[in-house]
Amino acid sequence: MPTIIKQLSIFLENKTGRLTEVTRLLGKSGINLTAFSMSESSDFGIMRVVLSDPETAQKLLISHGFTVTLCDVVCLFVPNTPGTLSEALLILSEHNISVDYMYAFAMDDMARVVIRPSDINRCVEVLQKSNLKLAKASDMYYF
Amino acid sequence: MIWNESYECMGREEMREVQNKRLRTTVEHVYHNSPFYRAKMQELGITPMDIETIDDLVKLPFTIKTDLRDQYPFGLFSVPMSEIVRLHASSGTTGKPIVAGYTRKDLSTWSEVLARTFTSGGCSRNDIFQIAYGYGLFTGGLGAHYGAENIGASVIPISAGNTEKQIQLMTDFGSTVLCCTPSYALYLGEAVEDKGIKDKLKLRVGFFGAEPWTEAMRVEIEKKLNIKAFDIFGLTEVIGPGVSYECYAQNGMHINEDHFLPEIINPVTLEPVAPGEVGELVLTTITKEGMPVIRYRTKDLTRLMYEPCPCGRTSVRMHKIMGRSDDMLIIRGVNVFPTQIESVLMEFGETAPHYHLYVDRENNTDTFDVHVEVRPENFTDDMSSMLNLRKRIEARIQSVVGIHANVKLVEPRSIERSIGKAQRVTDKRNLYKE
Repeated sequence: MPTIIKQLSIFLENKTGRLTEVTRLLGKSGINLTAFSMSESSDFGIMRVVLSDPETAQKLLISHGFTVTLCDVVCLFVPNTPGTLSEALLILSEHNISVDYMYAFAMDDMARVVIRPSDINRCVEVLQKSNLKLAKASDMYYF
Repeated sequence: MIWNESYECMGREEMREVQNKRLRTTVEHVYHNSPFYRAKMQELGITPMDIETIDDLVKLPFTIKTDLRDQYPFGLFSVPMSEIVRLHASSGTTGKPIVAGYTRKDLSTWSEVLARTFTSGGCSRNDIFQIAYGYGLFTGGLGAHYGAENIGASVIPISAGNTEKQIQLMTDFGSTVLCCTPSYALYLGEAVEDKGIKDKLKLRVGFFGAEPWTEAMRVEIEKKLNIKAFDIFGLTEVIGPGVSYECYAQNGMHINEDHFLPEIINPVTLEPVAPGEVGELVLTTITKEGMPVIRYRTKDLTRLMYEPCPCGRTSVRMHKIMGRSDDMLIIRGVNVFPTQIESVLMEFGETAPHYHLYVDRENNTDTFDVHVEVRPENFTDDMSSMLNLRKRIEARIQSVVGIHANVKLVEPRSIERSIGKAQRVTDKRNLYKE
């Protein structure tokens, strides 16, 4: 089961309405957002989003003039208890894998952490060896 | 291919003789038939007797754009209106337009120099020309039109604009040659890319002028349209497009020296610069009848290249226009030419050749913002590399121009495209001028 997830990264100018336009287009086409984060500088931002149909979403946004790229991330499940994230990150750093960025949300008994590691294949390998649970791509894309 | 070998490849000494003779004739002509030039020459205490060779050119008075405006509409014509068969006018962005009048012979000179241009780009009667310069008062459309007809090509006088139709005819008629402004060529190239029809086109060659463009822009146009792109130079005041043209070497534009005499001057001292140095191009027409111009200051910055060209033509070449002495912005006391910024941006593969400069004044200090589009295929998800790109561009501008610019990366296609001359500068400081 593939555990590498295609994330969409969208270049957005800091202009009123650009984010609204992205979400409007996706919503209208029945594409569901699972997780996203915004990273911003003074004049532009990058919206990173995991959604139900990355390829279709990419085509749709490009056809509306957006600049979009697909990149690989993993989604890690960790119990929503103190110290669990630290354990997972320790495994990565012990294997010399760095994290470019990550975003997460915890609720109920599980936390979900989207990670963009420096080496995605090794990241998947070491996390799985350590019996940590990774989301399957199929879980993320279709609802 | 060479259209008129006897003139285009004439020995330098022989060319000089031709020029001497034609200059003398022109000076006689304006002295006797143009009250404007007679008065100017009398002011300097010279008569046609003082002009024997082209070395005497420096004795003659300059002509500047305001002279042409002051003489609006026909004051600079040196023949009676009955001799004038065509009128053109430049797009006067401020005040009155500049009017040019052509006699029948002037029109034939014009189509001659354009025939040289098109032949030099490898075109012949077997080509289909899509003329997407504006037709009308602007010299681009009709100028290119008659030049293309002169070599016997088939001409599509589609004029500028209506991109959908341009692409439809380009595909259906199998146009092999495109003539338009370089910014419109780029715009058409993008449209062709969008439609994914590059393979369906028969375009081979393009002639682009009426605004300055860079080498990197050439690479871009050539790639997008799969053509060889040639620069062509000219101005309404002198004749229109066709003053000079590129050959296959694409290294400088050959000046039609048997019709137009070039000089390069320092725009501040008005003295000639040393051979090969950059300065303002000054042109004297030596065959025109309707509206000859003497030492016309073009405001275009370039340099002359005297080295022999591999194409076999012996005429002097002028470098691609490096800027306009008019367009020069003075920002925080430093002279900045928009083309300098353009060249910097072109060095970076990650940005598209679309940019806009904003100059303003805040708290008595000039602000300088450069907006440039990122290229979709070079966008990366990595914030730090995007920020780094911005930083590298700023550093490069600082080192080339000598001042700091705030670079802003903007979304592709967010900068307005133009079908005519591109407006790339917004100087808000002008609002405060009287």
